[in-house]
Amino acid sequence: MDAIVCVKQIPDPETPAAAFQLDEAAMKVIPAPGIQPVISPFDAQAVEAALQLRDAAGDGTIRVLSLGPDSARDAIKHGLAMGADEGYHLKDAAFDGGDAWSTALALSKAIEKLGVSDVLLFGRQAADWDQGTVGSIVAELLGLPSVTVLRSLELGEGTINTSRVVQDGFESVSTPTPCALTISNEFGDPRYPQLRQIMQAAKKEVTEWTAADLGLDAGEVGEAGARVQMEALFLPKNDVEVEIVEADTPEEKAVQLVEKLRDAKII
Amino acid sequence: MATVLVFGELADGVLNAHTREMLGGATRLAGELGGDVALALIGAELGSAAGEAGDAGADSVYVADDAGLAQYQTDSWLPVAAQIAEQVAPQVVLLGQTSIGRDLAPRLATRLGSAAAMDAVVLDVEGDRVRVTRSCYGGNARQVVTVRSDPQVITVRAKSEEALAAPAGKSGTLESVAVVPAELRAQVTGKDAAEAEGVRLEDAEIIISGGRGLGGAEAFADLERVAGIVGAAVGASRAACDLGWYPPSQQVGLTGTVVSPTLYVAIAISGASQHMAGCGGSKNIVAINKDPEANIFRFSRFGIVDDYKKVLPALEQELKKAAGG
Repeated sequence: MDAIVCVKQIPDPETPAAAFQLDEAAMKVIPAPGIQPVISPFDAQAVEAALQLRDAAGDGTIRVLSLGPDSARDAIKHGLAMGADEGYHLKDAAFDGGDAWSTALALSKAIEKLGVSDVLLFGRQAADWDQGTVGSIVAELLGLPSVTVLRSLELGEGTINTSRVVQDGFESVSTPTPCALTISNEFGDPRYPQLRQIMQAAKKEVTEWTAADLGLDAGEVGEAGARVQMEALFLPKNDVEVEIVEADTPEEKAVQLVEKLRDAKII
Repeated sequence: MATVLVFGELADGVLNAHTREMLGGATRLAGELGGDVALALIGAELGSAAGEAGDAGADSVYVADDAGLAQYQTDSWLPVAAQIAEQVAPQVVLLGQTSIGRDLAPRLATRLGSAAAMDAVVLDVEGDRVRVTRSCYGGNARQVVTVRSDPQVITVRAKSEEALAAPAGKSGTLESVAVVPAELRAQVTGKDAAEAEGVRLEDAEIIISGGRGLGGAEAFADLERVAGIVGAAVGASRAACDLGWYPPSQQVGLTGTVVSPTLYVAIAISGASQHMAGCGGSKNIVAINKDPEANIFRFSRFGIVDDYKKVLPALEQELKKAAGG
């Protein structure tokens, strides 16, 4: 059971809203002081899914793949520390400023270069841009079946049997391999690497590939190859002024709240 | 002509509210782009749904009605959707940000040689591009993006656009689409519908939601009882769902359901950005939380700083009185 897991290093999504700052002119997030970037949480769950599939199969190679600047290496190392075997880093100034499309194009070329894997795994969305499209685009480019937003999966006979989160419940979807799957937060907590595993992962080599290594021109990748362009990035306005209901007892607060809601004709 | 093509979804055999909203939005966009509105319906036994489309804003309706399309499966719907898009040659394609739309849109856009912008909350036109305002960074930020390639594929968040106020009286010219059976690789083998009690989140005028601060699954029974008094739906934060206290189908937030009721009561919810991304569109938020610094108060019209366990019984009594009177 060979798997490739695509991961991304992002600003920690647990950053408190008060510490989240933007450079609106540059359309960039200002890194919060003292808060380290992390592997996108859904991607860590995708690594966990790969490890569980390999455990069920008994053997297999798990490769972690990331496109990004130097810091992407940390997301790859995190996957290796969790138990993945090999790391691949798509690193090239030409990749900068890419969108989901140009990123997925480069990832798909790297996946082709790595040869056939049984399963491609992705987080349901990167917890920075929250688009949730890279897994599906890679699947489409490679002509593979895709099943998205999974809460669980198990290995069948030449198939992966999944449970997909949908608006009104869950859908069981069975897909033949090779396939592309995206993992949702309902999957559960990923294992947390122990110190010994982190040390071992630190020693593992990460293969670096440029656009040229993937047979891509600089004009096809990154910002030059992007199809979606960002025009603005800003903090949402919030002009609500809260009225705290003051009273001596919790019971009295409840009474006053209902009164206020009725006066405002909300109920 | 600059056609705006909407992929619709049905509820109980008729166009659902989200589809009507998208047709309203598409009418506005088509007006500014100097084009018309087409509706695509994919499914089985679609019956009379297409008949309402003209009044909802569609100049033309493309119907792919086939037993093999009864439920959404990527492998069966994608080629049909692509076939309709190729026939219509739209400038803009709108899908709902739904279980179907979020799965279909990126593959459809790629197949059409373009790209998708996901989960739009505001759409406006500049030149021949649609500017898409969307939430990112777990709700901490908003961005505006445009799709530079054609067609511009966009998924639209529920309740972000308005359905037409009056029937458009358009012809809604019907065209049947010949369906070529597709090879099904990934197959739906079963469905486990969440048996949510009472009102659906999407339809509710009042939602009472609980978070991690409730302390356990059993507290949701109390929330359900209070909700029953005022006809409210019960929601939950992602933290509460991840802990297994309440079903994921009731999760309000960026990765759950996006709601915009008249009144959203957040009980023991801290108000993480990804939660606010799901309930920030509510007309009024009321928060009950013992932490006066909780983020939720920044978005609330009224707040109670106290232990919800002491507030809830009294709230239940008061609401009973209010409902009775």
